[in-house]
Amino acid sequence: MSGQHRNHANYWAFIVHRVSGIALALFLPVHFQVLLLAVRKPESFDGFAAWAEAPMVKLAETALIVLLAAHLTGGLRLLAIEFLPWRDWQKSVVAITAGISLAAGLIYLLNVT
Amino acid sequence: MSAPNDIQSRNVQTEARLWLAQRVSAMILGLAVVVHLGTIIVAVQGGLSAAEIVGRIGGNPLWTAFYAVFVLAIAVHAPIGLRSILNEMTALSPRRVDLLCFIAAAFLAVMGYRVVRDFYLIGGAA
Amino acid sequence: MSEDTLTVSVWRGDGEKGSYVDYEVPRMESQTVLDVITYIQRRLDNSLSYRYACRVGMCGSCAMTINGKPRWTCRTHVSKVAPDGKLTVGPLRSMNVVKDLSVEMTEFFDKWARAEGKFHPTKTRNDDFEKVSPSDRKRKQASAGIECIGCGVCYSACDVVSWKSDYLGPAALNRAWTLVNDARDGGQKARLQAVAGDAGCHACHSQQGCVEGCPKHLNPTASIAGLKRAAAMAALKGDLK
Repeated sequence: MSGQHRNHANYWAFIVHRVSGIALALFLPVHFQVLLLAVRKPESFDGFAAWAEAPMVKLAETALIVLLAAHLTGGLRLLAIEFLPWRDWQKSVVAITAGISLAAGLIYLLNVT
Repeated sequence: MSAPNDIQSRNVQTEARLWLAQRVSAMILGLAVVVHLGTIIVAVQGGLSAAEIVGRIGGNPLWTAFYAVFVLAIAVHAPIGLRSILNEMTALSPRRVDLLCFIAAAFLAVMGYRVVRDFYLIGGAA
Repeated sequence: MSEDTLTVSVWRGDGEKGSYVDYEVPRMESQTVLDVITYIQRRLDNSLSYRYACRVGMCGSCAMTINGKPRWTCRTHVSKVAPDGKLTVGPLRSMNVVKDLSVEMTEFFDKWARAEGKFHPTKTRNDDFEKVSPSDRKRKQASAGIECIGCGVCYSACDVVSWKSDYLGPAALNRAWTLVNDARDGGQKARLQAVAGDAGCHACHSQQGCVEGCPKHLNPTASIAGLKRAAAMAALKGDLK
């Protein structure tokens, strides 16, 4: 009963933004560590890259790209709310950001398979 | 009923400045991430190797400058975001949260700096 | 159940102890939820406590939680919220329940005062009055938010209010914003000091539960965004403490 008031677009946008932010914050140290390998131990990096060719890994990377794009587009939406004059078509913006995020993931997936 | 400021052990001026720093770093990251995503999607075609990345970016002053700014913006943006989450969703004290986020910022800055520095020093791209 | 009866689950008790009790109410044309609650109290169970006043959508006294959403009961048609003949009515969320459907509004209004939601005059009767043009940008921003009647729907809808007991809330912050834009007011520094910080505007994440719920179509999210900008400007100038 108490959850029904939460079924609106901007609430879900908030949830997605927060979850994607946490995921990215956890991912970044790993990302930096792997990149360091590319310079310091290229054979290890190439070994890692070979492992990363596995379909499950590619799917995980795609998910990451979607999360990054979602956080980015959601963030742009927030910047618009906080800095630009109000526009009433807010809900459409949420849908557009979702669309762009999925598109980014799809483009990545197509380029990598 | 709680008095207005007993939960805030840090002042309102700092809150407002952190808010602004997060939004400004967000604007920088907005551009940086679009560029980064674009280059990744292009670079990843046909597989990825250490040599290829070094070949594209190593030693290049423009890419170095770009990623230096990128790393700095992340070191500002992510910890401030985590700060809100820790404050709202955990029982940690405000001081503990600030300490953790400061450590996270230093950690990201140092790790990111090492990557940027190493790529610059290794050379390899025009 | 026949189609001419509604099954209404109503919260009976206070905030800690109580339960939803079912009542069968005859269905009528153009019936509002307020009509239903009034029927229950007058014909079925006169121990039910609830509030209303104008019953025509002007005073905001009759706000309650209907099927999980905070709304004015006098402006909620039963046909819109109970198409299958079932309805759930409870007290507003995030406020202490006095009894049944009546809530304690003290904290709501205390936060209004804490947010410096009151006017600080600067002129005396001997001064000429402030000339504010209707087309002035700040006046328009103020006018966009002044129709608030303090009904509590936005406060009850706000997720941050439900997580954070000291968060000032959308109504108080909206009112503060209208005063930030008031050229006649002399309490601007104190007001920005009061509304900034994580008990104030910086705790808002623009989820817009308030915008979804406000029966007067006000926009506290936009007002709070304005407060964030004003606080940032003041912080850059070193005007905050």
